[in-house]
Order: sequence, then C-alpha cells, then structure tokens
Amino acid sequence: MQHVSPVREPLVTGGKTYHDVTQDVCRQVEAAPNIRWMAALSVALLLLGVFFYSVYRTLWYGIGEWGLNKTVGWAWDITNFVWWVGIGHAGTLISAVLLLFRQKWRTSINRAAEAMTIFAVICAAMFPVLHMGRPWLAFWVFPFQNTFGSLWVNFNSPLLWDVFAISTYFSVSLVFWYTGLVPDFATIRDRAKGPIAKVAYSLLSFGWKGSAKHWSRYETVSLILAGVSTPLVLSVHTIVSMDFATSVVPGWHTTIFPPYFVAGAIFSGFAMVLTLMLITRVVFKLEDYITIEHIALMNKIMMITGSIVGVAYITEFFIAWYSQVEFEQYAFINRATGPYWWAYWSMMTCNVITPQLVWIRRVRYSIPLTFILSIIVNIGMWFERFVIIVTSLHRDYLPSSWVMFSPSIIDIGIYVGTIGLFFTLFLLFAKFFPVINMAEVKSVLKYTVDNGPTYTGHDPHHHTPQPATTHGVPASASVNYDKHD
Amino acid sequence: MTKRFALGIFDDEDVLLHAVENVREAGVKIYEVFTPFPIHGIDDALGIERSRLPIAAFFFGLTGLSFALWMQIYMLGFDWPMIIGGKPHIALPAFIPVSFELTVLFCCHGMVITFYTISKLYPRWKTPVLDVRSTDDKFVMAIEVNENTDMTKLTQLLRNNGASEVNQKEMSKF
Repeated sequence: MQHVSPVREPLVTGGKTYHDVTQDVCRQVEAAPNIRWMAALSVALLLLGVFFYSVYRTLWYGIGEWGLNKTVGWAWDITNFVWWVGIGHAGTLISAVLLLFRQKWRTSINRAAEAMTIFAVICAAMFPVLHMGRPWLAFWVFPFQNTFGSLWVNFNSPLLWDVFAISTYFSVSLVFWYTGLVPDFATIRDRAKGPIAKVAYSLLSFGWKGSAKHWSRYETVSLILAGVSTPLVLSVHTIVSMDFATSVVPGWHTTIFPPYFVAGAIFSGFAMVLTLMLITRVVFKLEDYITIEHIALMNKIMMITGSIVGVAYITEFFIAWYSQVEFEQYAFINRATGPYWWAYWSMMTCNVITPQLVWIRRVRYSIPLTFILSIIVNIGMWFERFVIIVTSLHRDYLPSSWVMFSPSIIDIGIYVGTIGLFFTLFLLFAKFFPVINMAEVKSVLKYTVDNGPTYTGHDPHHHTPQPATTHGVPASASVNYDKHD
Repeated sequence: MTKRFALGIFDDEDVLLHAVENVREAGVKIYEVFTPFPIHGIDDALGIERSRLPIAAFFFGLTGLSFALWMQIYMLGFDWPMIIGGKPHIALPAFIPVSFELTVLFCCHGMVITFYTISKLYPRWKTPVLDVRSTDDKFVMAIEVNENTDMTKLTQLLRNNGASEVNQKEMSKF
C-alpha cells in the first residue's frame, strides 16, 4: 500500500507498509539492548555521577562552591538554564506549530523532539532550584501561605513569572507527549510476548483500543493542545528574556529581547533535534523514516532562525549607539573588544556565520556537515547566553566593582552533569518507548497519493450492495456510540 | 455479559471508508471501528458527532484566567498590599504573564483529564482487544451479532465491500 507520487518526495522512503512501520519502530523496544546503547548509557551515567557529586558539594558547602562573586551573581547557572530551556523549545515547535501549519513531515520527528523538550526542561529546572541554595524551600516560589503570616509571592517579578511559565510549560508538554504515546503503547502491548511487558504496556497504554470515536476525540485534543501550546512556547522564552529585559543593567535593558530569545531558542532547539536525530536514525536504523529531506527541512528552519538571531545582534549594537546612552554603548563595545571578546566572537562565528552555509544545497543535504553544524550552533548558543549574562554584569555602572568571572570545577561539573542527565533520560526513552510516532507516520504513509484514494478491494466488479435487512438488526440503524464503550 | 461480534478485517483505510458507508446504507448497525491511526472522513461516515471538547477547553481556560486574576488581585491588592517597584497594588499589566500561564495550564489539563474520563481511558492490567492486528496494520469493523443474525449474509456484505477476512469473536468483558 505504498503509492508513489511523481510530484512530491515521499515522506517515508523504502516502500514501507503499515506493518513495516510497526516492525521497524518496535524492533528497538522489543530487542535486547545492544552494545552501543549500553556503552552510551554507561557514559551518560558516568556524567550523571558527576552531576550528583557537584550537586552534593553545592548543597553541602553552599553556593560558594560556584565561581560567582558579588558583581557577577548570575553566571553559568543562568546561562545553562536559558540554554536548556531554549533547547526544549524545538520540541514544542515541531509538535505544535508544525501541526497547526499542517506540515506532515513533522510526524517522523515529533516524538523524539517532544521527549527532548521534557528532558531539557528538567535539566533547565535544576539550575534555578540549585541557585536557591536551599532547594528544600523551593516551594516558597509558589503562592502558599507561609509561616510568616500572609506574605505572598511577588507577582510583579519576572522571576516569579518564570516559575509559572516553566511549570506550565513542563506539565503541558508532558501531557501532550504522553497523550501522543498512548496509541503507540497500545501497539507495543498487542505485540508483547512476555508477561511483564504485557502488563507494563497495558498500564501505559491506558486501555487504548483505537476506536474511531477515540481517534476523533484524540485528534481534537491534539489540535487544541497544539493551538494552546503555540502561544505557550512563545510566552515561555519571552518571560525568560524578561528576567533580563525588565532590569536596568546595560546590555539587558532591551525591548528586542523577547523575539530575539524566542528565535534563539528555536535555533538552538533545532540544532539539538538535528544532533539527536542524526544519531538516532543511524543507531536505530531509521533512515527510511528520518530521511535526508527531513534533515534538509530542519536545516532550513535552523538557518532562518539563525539569521533572525544575527539580525538581533546587529540591531542591539545599532540601538546601543542610537540611544546615545553611554553605558549601553560601553556595554556593547566591551562585549566585542573587552576581556570577553573571545566569547563574543565565538558566538558571532558559531551563530551568524556558520548557519549561512546552509544556503548551499550540498551542505543542507550532507549528513556529516549537518552534524558538525548542529554541534557548532549549540556551542554558539551557549556562548550567546554567556555573553549576555556575564559581559553585562562584570562591568556595569560602577567601575570600582568591575571583576572577571571564571567558573569553578563545580560549575563545570553541574553543567556537564546535566548533559549526562539529559542523555540518560533520552537513552532510556529511546529503549523503552517508541521513538517514532507510529500512528501518525502510518497516517501520512499515503500522503504522496496524487490520484485520490486507491481502491484495492478483492472484488474488481465492486458494486454498492442494496440496503438489506440483517436479522436482528433494524434497517437503517445508526451507529450507536452511547450505549457502550 | 458475553457479546458476540462479527469482525470485518480490512487492509486499506480507503476500502474501509467506503465499506463503512455501504454497510450502514445496507442497514447494518456498526458496533465500533478499530484502526491503527485516525482516518479522516470516518467521523462523517460513521455519524460521529463533533466532539464538544473545544467548548470544555474554553471554559477550563476561562476558569484558569479568573482564578489567576482573583489570586493576584486578592493577594497583592487586598490580603498583603505592598508597593513593589513603584507599581500600584493591583498592577494589571504585570499580572498578564501569570494569568496567561494559568489559563493555558487549566485549559490543557482540564481538557486532557476530560478526554481520558469520557473515553474511559485509565491504566489497567489487561486490555481486551477484539483483534490485536487493529493496532498494527489492519482496520477492523466490529458488528455485534446474536442468534438471529444471518451470518452468511453479513459475511457476504463485508466481503463484497472489500473485507479481506470475516471473523467471529466472543468477548465476555468489552
């Protein structure tokens, strides 16, 4: 049942049938873990150990373990927080925005991208919580009545907006992702051989049977979740940018921040999706599902958002000059030529110059080049947050408090550790959950039909049967969906 | 209660779509159709009404918005008024982000919980399925039958409409 259109490139190559899709995606879940997966998980767990050690040091000895000082009170922690949240954004973008825009190619990558969102947000949330110094009091950020009487949280503060934004974003993304997983868990459940797998996937699949009524509701729910998640994803990074933009620190006090941060988030998110997808398709042999066309399309989005980010960098410079505020002007001159010039120019090289290579078709369609490019972009976007945060803080209004910042080994440990946390979660996901949304891929398998639906019935002289009464069933009975379920 | 079903197994969603129309036209009541993925147009063919979940979602969102505004106005405006950053006690523009986030939070979770509840989807130890291939690559049309049903006629009807197999199955709990 594969139909090939002479006009469009197929979304799934290799002449797959519906059964092939099930086989190819379930193979990984059903088979014993392979050696490469075990090796990757070992490395990730090792990094996770680094994370736990660094967190232990931070909590036991306090925030003094970090490289922060009185002037630079935010550095690697907030850099990493913004970086991870930004990475998460591509998942929601792929699953929500591209669903609204009816971009069918999203089906092969949305599951893994959404998983990436969840895990990236978990990593991101670690940083503000650890930065509190006393994470066991983290519930104070929520409007609970506390022991001091009716003293409430400050709803005027962007940091509190962050609390609401990130927790809403996390829980909504989780629900969106899980609801999409339910039908695929049902597929695995119905194929499962072992008793443990049968029970486990039966619990996970919520008793999904794939009835038409459920599918109809499921599609309604997906569409509304997408419609609501689209402004949500924009709001989250807008609010993150307001952590800076509502302050009066030169270099932060900028109206361009919300759109600039959102573009940067999508830029780095797509870079991370590309990195993960390029590895996943090879390790799990999914080249027919995540095709070179998918990679080229993601490359294009990365290039466009990268260009928006480039325009934002130049605009910031222009506005600093145009505003005639000497502090603003100094902040930007200092970024480009001051002691952190190397960070600034790394950012410019990685984020503005390299993505422009995607204009070249051969780069766009090259897997090794795309992989290198995606890593470069992720590095560049990390530098962007570092530049914004540290270079603005280390020299502000008062020259007597000017200092330099250098990270401590614990700073580095926590950052590297969250990468371990991310990959541990992602590898477990890739082993036990279907990495590709089978149901949605099946529904676009015939997408390339251009002659309308194809009838492949067994009776070539098909005719519509005359209305007839079946015994026990009244004629012209309608479908009754209310009396059972 | 044990129920008996005639199961028409189809290999292609377009065949199924025509079959649904024809079988209903022939006056046979379809119990349920099981498919591995959503088929566009099957709602109309089966006569499934449009879901009212969007309406529910709207009201859940409205609840979230009202709750957020009430919470912020009450807490900062009345219960513990403080002037922060020279803003008035009830600084509505500063309340927009939290109000928006809570609108989305209530809307999404309310709608998803409603979806699982009305669809009776919840974690269970064992899931009875009429034909396990319906979550893989087959499209299953289930028709409830009893002693009076003329099975040959029904089989013929399903066959004529492109069913590749017609099976019978009994289910004690369904």
